[in-house]
Amino acid sequence: MRALFKFSSTSKLALIVVLFALTPAAFAQGGGTSTIAAEGPWARATPGGARTGAVYMTLANKTDASDRLTAASSDVAAEVQIHEMSVVNGIMKMRQLTDGLAIPARGSVTLKPGSYHVMLIGLKKPLTVGETFPLTLTFQKAGNISVTVQVKAMGAMQDNKSGGMGKMEMK
Amino acid sequence: MRARRWVLTALAGVTGVAALGLYFAFMVSACPPEQASDIGHFGGPFTLVDDSGAPVSERTLAGKPYAIYFGYTFCPDVCPTTLLDLSRWIKTLGPDADKLNYVFVTVDPERDTAASMHTYLSSFDKHIRGFTGTPEQIAKIAKEYGVYYKKIPTDDGSYVMDHSAIVYLMGADGKFVTFIHYQEDDASAVAKLRSLAEAVPSS
Repeated sequence: MRALFKFSSTSKLALIVVLFALTPAAFAQGGGTSTIAAEGPWARATPGGARTGAVYMTLANKTDASDRLTAASSDVAAEVQIHEMSVVNGIMKMRQLTDGLAIPARGSVTLKPGSYHVMLIGLKKPLTVGETFPLTLTFQKAGNISVTVQVKAMGAMQDNKSGGMGKMEMK
Repeated sequence: MRARRWVLTALAGVTGVAALGLYFAFMVSACPPEQASDIGHFGGPFTLVDDSGAPVSERTLAGKPYAIYFGYTFCPDVCPTTLLDLSRWIKTLGPDADKLNYVFVTVDPERDTAASMHTYLSSFDKHIRGFTGTPEQIAKIAKEYGVYYKKIPTDDGSYVMDHSAIVYLMGADGKFVTFIHYQEDDASAVAKLRSLAEAVPSS
């Protein structure tokens, strides 16, 4: 009975693996077949006990048709959403982009502090400097793209300038 | 070209002033007269708890000028950035830093308990204290400081908060002195804090 149960869960797993391999996601990850490039994905380290974090990167569309980032997911958070942040007349507003984020044909969009970000909600543990974690981005046309996110200092402003203007060693 | 830029700047300025006017008109009309905040008149009595769970009021802050900022710990960008900026400014002030109080008040009292604020603030300069309270207590202090905040629901049944992203600088008498705006440059922010500290006689 026990052996039978084990066998059946193994076959379920095998089935899932096969199904996953057949999805467009698997093709999107393979070398030059991807039509969207997710460049330099990074996140800021989070303060103690923080339940949210933000991921930034540049999304470049290499095709002649516009695409749209519609969803994202990651093991590090219970929920991942696409947000736009702005500060107007001293008031910070954050909005979930329920229709996703448009990436123009042959163009690019940069997700950065004070603007667009992929928001991690319900972090399972704080993000610490030097760590990396996986993130899956879902596009309307390009399908799923898996990226590795690099965690930078808490005050970092861009991927290539770790720390930059906000760098500070915190205890 | 230059004239056109000037006209655009002036237009933006006029629009900004008009928007601010409307905002304050709304704030004043939304408050009962005895609690109304006039322009340039921020602050007032409050009852809250600090991040150690101890009760605090405006008397806790009396005698020292203070910097007060309203935000929430679920905020992924502006709040940690501002608290990190403030931490850096405090460090730059050196010994003068002790002449001031620094307060982070939550606008999300339903999720930000004293304990969670304490853990959150452990990542920033130890001078910064966290204040929370009941939704009514938070509504009162926000009104006194002319702070705007609003709950915005998200897909997952949760919410984010819109809120003022300004640091208020207050005198030792609890009267408003000036603002530090979001992403104000370090030199300007530190100069404002230092002039506030210099108004305090060295002990």
